[in-house]
Amino acid sequence: MSLSETSFCRFADLLDRRVGMKLAAEKSYLLGARLGPLLQREGMNSLDELAAALGKGSLRLEAEVAEAMLNNETFFFRDRVPFDQFRATLLPRLMAARAAQRRLRIWSAACSTGQEPYSLAMILAEEASKLAGWSIEIVATDISRHALSRAEAGAYSQFEVQRGLDTPRLVKYFSKEGDRWRLSDDIRRRVRFERANLTEPLRFTDQFDLIFARNVLMYFKPERKTEALKRLRASLRADGALLLGAAETIFGNKDLFAPDPSAVGYYRPAAVFSSAARNEGRMATQS
Amino acid sequence: MQSCLIVDDSKVIRKVARRILEDFDFSIDEAGDGQQALERCGVDMPDVIFLDWNMPVMGGLQFLEHLRARETEKRPTVIFCTTENDLDHIRIAMDAGADEYIMKPFDRDIIRTKLQQVGLI
Repeated sequence: MSLSETSFCRFADLLDRRVGMKLAAEKSYLLGARLGPLLQREGMNSLDELAAALGKGSLRLEAEVAEAMLNNETFFFRDRVPFDQFRATLLPRLMAARAAQRRLRIWSAACSTGQEPYSLAMILAEEASKLAGWSIEIVATDISRHALSRAEAGAYSQFEVQRGLDTPRLVKYFSKEGDRWRLSDDIRRRVRFERANLTEPLRFTDQFDLIFARNVLMYFKPERKTEALKRLRASLRADGALLLGAAETIFGNKDLFAPDPSAVGYYRPAAVFSSAARNEGRMATQS
Repeated sequence: MQSCLIVDDSKVIRKVARRILEDFDFSIDEAGDGQQALERCGVDMPDVIFLDWNMPVMGGLQFLEHLRARETEKRPTVIFCTTENDLDHIRIAMDAGADEYIMKPFDRDIIRTKLQQVGLI
């Protein structure tokens, strides 16, 4: 598909600016693969034509390009181990730390179509006897309105309910409606969805005990990643934990987070978190 | 190497499942119906059985009932793999002693998920 260097730069700039996504030249094929349906809807024949239209400043078109380029890949209990650790290690630790308040706040950042926060909600439902009298809030955010709309609906394809989800849980938590599998109201009610962009200041006024931000920072440029980690750090209680994706690290940001020695893949706020960084993150969180 | 018996009356399904399962390091045997599968199990009990529901001679559910009724040293893991995709069929299969349930069509990711769920990989 026709793509001049100028057009590529326009797309790359748009993606960095709107969603923090870095688009390397060797990944330019993704433009053709993901923007095909948009080109068709807009009656355009090439990426160059779309880039030219973007040059006229259409915010609607910018938003549609950004949305189409997002990777919404997710599945229930993805990578399994972090969820086992959540149940066995993180949840008991946080419950002990919050025994007085009996309140926990969990944030699933970049939740895509909802499988991650719903997996957490299932675990919490299964731990209900230990959590009697507790207030547990799961906030799930994503930048994609389309993904959030699907997440809120809580209805999945046969393919989606078989990726990561075991059959006993399928039977327990889902009902079949036509060719879709619908999650029970009990699980759906446990998660609150909101739109949030990790490259922009966040609107949360209260901190979280646990943040899942998996497979999202890997798409950011280093400076965007640091900005996002600062926001996550400012949104996390000092004794809370952050979970990144299996292929992600805090490389270059050790002043913000350190590996959690008791749970692989989890990070704790670094002991030394400079006051400047804290203030910067807090301002970003509350503005 | 763990052993797997694929029980399905479709040669194509057996071939596709074999390719995926061999990649997960299973040695594969095949049977075209439940009766053949019972005979194979009598000779050498596999570690895991991939089981279709609707087959000639003896269906998957009938096979499973016979298998679980047998006194055997080894309890094989049974994963149904069928086009029956409603909750009633799934509940019946699990109640009869299936360990996991795959709704066709399947792919590598789904098989990996189910093998992980039952602790085979």
